[in-house]
Amino acid sequence: MKPGSRIKSAACASEAVVIKYTGGTIECGGLPMAEHAAGDGTPVAGFDGGTVMGKRYVDADGTVELLCVKPGKGSFALNGVALLLKEAKPLPASD
Amino acid sequence: MNIALLLEMAAQAAPDRVGLVCDGKRWTYGELDKAARGACELIRASGASHVALLDESSEAAVIALFGAALAGVPYCPLNYRLADADLGVLLGRIAPALVIGDVDRVRRLAGDDGHTAYPRSEFTLAALEAVADEFAEHDPGLGVAIQLFTSGTTAAPKAAILAHSNLVSYILGTVEFGAAEEDEATLVSVPPYHIAGIAALASSIYAQRRIVLLPAFAPEDWLKLVDAEKVSNAFVVPTMLGRIIQALEKGVKADISSLRAIAYGGGKMPLELIRQALDLFPDTAFTNAYGLTETSSTIALLGPDEHRAAHRSDDPKVQARLASVGIPLPTIELEIRDEDGRVLPPGQAGEIYVRGDQVSGQYKEKSALDAEGWFPTRDAGYLDEDGYLFLAGRADDVIVRGGENISPGEIEDLLLTHPAIADVAAVAVPSLEWGEAVGIAVVVRGGMDQPEAEELKAMVRARLRSSRVPEVVRYFPTLPYNEMGKLLRREVKALLAS
Repeated sequence: MKPGSRIKSAACASEAVVIKYTGGTIECGGLPMAEHAAGDGTPVAGFDGGTVMGKRYVDADGTVELLCVKPGKGSFALNGVALLLKEAKPLPASD
Repeated sequence: MNIALLLEMAAQAAPDRVGLVCDGKRWTYGELDKAARGACELIRASGASHVALLDESSEAAVIALFGAALAGVPYCPLNYRLADADLGVLLGRIAPALVIGDVDRVRRLAGDDGHTAYPRSEFTLAALEAVADEFAEHDPGLGVAIQLFTSGTTAAPKAAILAHSNLVSYILGTVEFGAAEEDEATLVSVPPYHIAGIAALASSIYAQRRIVLLPAFAPEDWLKLVDAEKVSNAFVVPTMLGRIIQALEKGVKADISSLRAIAYGGGKMPLELIRQALDLFPDTAFTNAYGLTETSSTIALLGPDEHRAAHRSDDPKVQARLASVGIPLPTIELEIRDEDGRVLPPGQAGEIYVRGDQVSGQYKEKSALDAEGWFPTRDAGYLDEDGYLFLAGRADDVIVRGGENISPGEIEDLLLTHPAIADVAAVAVPSLEWGEAVGIAVVVRGGMDQPEAEELKAMVRARLRSSRVPEVVRYFPTLPYNEMGKLLRREVKALLAS
């Protein structure tokens, strides 16, 4: 799973671009994500918090980072552990 | 990740929202995205190795930028103000290219180079008609997104290259997706071949802040466009800000109450001018941005609150920050090093080095990065004890007199306090005794008597060290600047040597 690759949820409409990846299984809605997956809109309970367009998601150790490029009903996880929303420090527009 | 995804995301989230206004024509994110996809097809069909823009700002800049990205070909906007001979050389360096804009000039200067040339309107029309089915394979974005020829104020232009990953890191690190309210609009008046012009397009599209283009800057037009489009944000170079204030003082009528934020950069801001602007626009948020082509734009920022705090403060240390470029971005590392590469403590000036995902530091010919990935900016500067970055000129502009390094800035800053001096540049002049010595080119303020050379020498001797005293003093009606307000020191040197 190379940085830059675009992956899809097998459980919902979510899509993400891999910003950082060092290993493990990236999931959405409880199912592994893949470049050619397609979701039917029913994420597994516990992984159904939803994804937000344009938000970045990371694991606690910072080994994985995803950018949500299409929102859906599932939520992202790494090896069964839910990813966290990466808090962005807002900067004033500079250009 | 391909930078074209930034536009695709905006188009997916808000296809019908207006993303760009130019010459009265409005483009939605959906239309821009569609045109970029069509442009990708045109570029692929042409077999071009580069996509060049030889034109003022317009919607074609966005379409070409993202179309080139989708096709996996570097986007290379060219400076249309260059003389024929210089431009011809650059066209040769990017052949065969798909060139948008001045078709006649391309044919005249590089007719045999195999370029495919389109006038602007034909390009956008053809792009809209060329859209293939939605599932066309696009470039994965692992290579070069942008190639920019440096302005070459000190040497021949270098081809700086920015990877998709550099620009994406910059945008994701500094802009929140869709953060702009629907009524926000940003006025872009810097030329499309400048990194600030490119970064403005990408940042605004990702924030979904409507872009209002002013292709040819004139202060009256700028003010009228702020009024007509209810512009909320703007980026200007210091000279533009000065001319805008002059126009307001001359009584140009425009309602600019919508303007909430002004960012500036691209050249040194005179302290007097920013103080005047802060007084004149008491409710406007000012941001100073420092960056380079090679760093994908901004690497340090002085924010709105810091401007106001410095402007109001009685503490000389806080006050001084108005002349700084603020704090380095949290997403990059920045160090000041001496000539032997040792990291210097706060307060000591040296060369500015930066490292981070947004930093390219690559030229087509070679990489400028050191073994640990640090980019030597060739800008001189220092950090204060609280981490504020102060610039002290280009490392290449340092005058070396008998082994002693002299920064032109300290001499210029002092002489500018002379009431009869409107502008001044200090550069190296050849000296038999010292190798190099200080020469100054002076512009006398209108209506004032020309100060004697001896008076100016005495002023420098009294306030700085004797090595700073100019050996050559010459007077000129104006100094040579490029269109971004950058002093052309190479030309000043030639003037003083002649």
